[in-house]
Amino acid sequence: MIAILDYGSGNLRSAQRAFEASGADVVVTRDSSVALSAKGLVVPGVGAFAACMRGLMSVGGDDIVRKRKEAGNATLGICVGMQILFRDGDEHAGAELNKGVGIWQESITKINAPVLPHMGWNTVDIVGNSTLFKGVEKESFYFVHSYAAKNAVGKSQAWSTYGEKILAAVEDGPVAATQFHPEKSGAAGLKLIKNWVESL
Amino acid sequence: MSLSIRIIPCLDVTDGRVVKGVNFIDLTDAGDPVEMASTYNSEGADELTFLDISASSSGRETTLDVVRKTAEQVFIPLTVGGGIRTVDDVDKLLRAGADKISINTAAIERPQLIAEIADRFGSQVLVLSVDARRARSASGFEVTTHGGRKSAELDALAWVEKACQLGVGEILLNSMDADGTRAGYDIGMIEAVRKVANVPLIASGGAGSLQDFARALDAGADALLAASVFHFGVHRIGDVKKYLREQGYSVRMPATF
Repeated sequence: MIAILDYGSGNLRSAQRAFEASGADVVVTRDSSVALSAKGLVVPGVGAFAACMRGLMSVGGDDIVRKRKEAGNATLGICVGMQILFRDGDEHAGAELNKGVGIWQESITKINAPVLPHMGWNTVDIVGNSTLFKGVEKESFYFVHSYAAKNAVGKSQAWSTYGEKILAAVEDGPVAATQFHPEKSGAAGLKLIKNWVESL
Repeated sequence: MSLSIRIIPCLDVTDGRVVKGVNFIDLTDAGDPVEMASTYNSEGADELTFLDISASSSGRETTLDVVRKTAEQVFIPLTVGGGIRTVDDVDKLLRAGADKISINTAAIERPQLIAEIADRFGSQVLVLSVDARRARSASGFEVTTHGGRKSAELDALAWVEKACQLGVGEILLNSMDADGTRAGYDIGMIEAVRKVANVPLIASGGAGSLQDFARALDAGADALLAASVFHFGVHRIGDVKKYLREQGYSVRMPATF
């Protein structure tokens, strides 16, 4: 069973249907025991970094992600759901950066490009041995964001270019994340989701 | 490799049905928005836009249903516009499965609505639709309302700049002079708006020949929206994308597996 964590961010019903298209049983939940025990946990995220992190913490999601990682259980972060897995982010931040879950010790910072958000379909360059991108290495995926990670973390990375090099996806043992929206990336996105589900 | 240009078909929806003839594809029900969305998706549309032209509130409720069904079956971004006046309207559409919403007249009447929506849901959900035409305003372009029939007494470039500051995530620029002519996009207008907009720019109005699409991109558009030229089969989305790719633009071809 796949659990999509409901912490008040974004429309989850269409995400649910995209994951169901892979053949998996999918629940949308804010119940921590369900989120902890699911075979795979999806952490979506739309909006600002700090607001998403607040939402995640309000359902104990930060602990859930850490515990799942220690137990070797799979978690997939999407868009801002990827960003808040990092140590911190500078979106609308004052002197102190917004804190994230801290799975990866890097910061999320504003993309250096004249036109933001980075909005639309972009390709990726894969470094390392990727499970997620098997069969869709040459495809495009749908991005909507103005902030991103710029440094490598994890065992395998996908990179995109918009103004500068940005981290489009990470695979790091049980924890994986995509900056783009696989659930909005057409057939290529559905294939990536299927790859993740089948790896569980 | 880089970010691809986007081709966006726009469907007018009223009371849950697509209006304006759609006469080129083999549809079992040419009025069904979900089937149309699905067909455009398989032809390579990069996003979809629904414009709700329902006159009644029950018509709008039906649109929510259409958005719900489309979002559950077609996995590409969906923008919904038409009649959105409050943060609550936006909330309903996003919950139904829209990824972005577009506002027009309501923002002209009350610009603060832009900031309210952006603060609550983020700029990335918010498209400002600007119906502009050539006129004797400061920049030579003015904003109109009522489908181009009335002047909003607002300079188009000043409005775009202000809207960007208030927090819109994208500009949809409709040329009311070019709209429906199929004589080409208003290139001068796209160039002028590009200079003041620091968010992605979608151009609309006037698409006729394949070269028209390329010229609008050269003028600075990130994405191109069209309605009748696709609905009436003047061009297929796949043909436009193939042409643009041959001309050297970065174009996403639909995945085949």
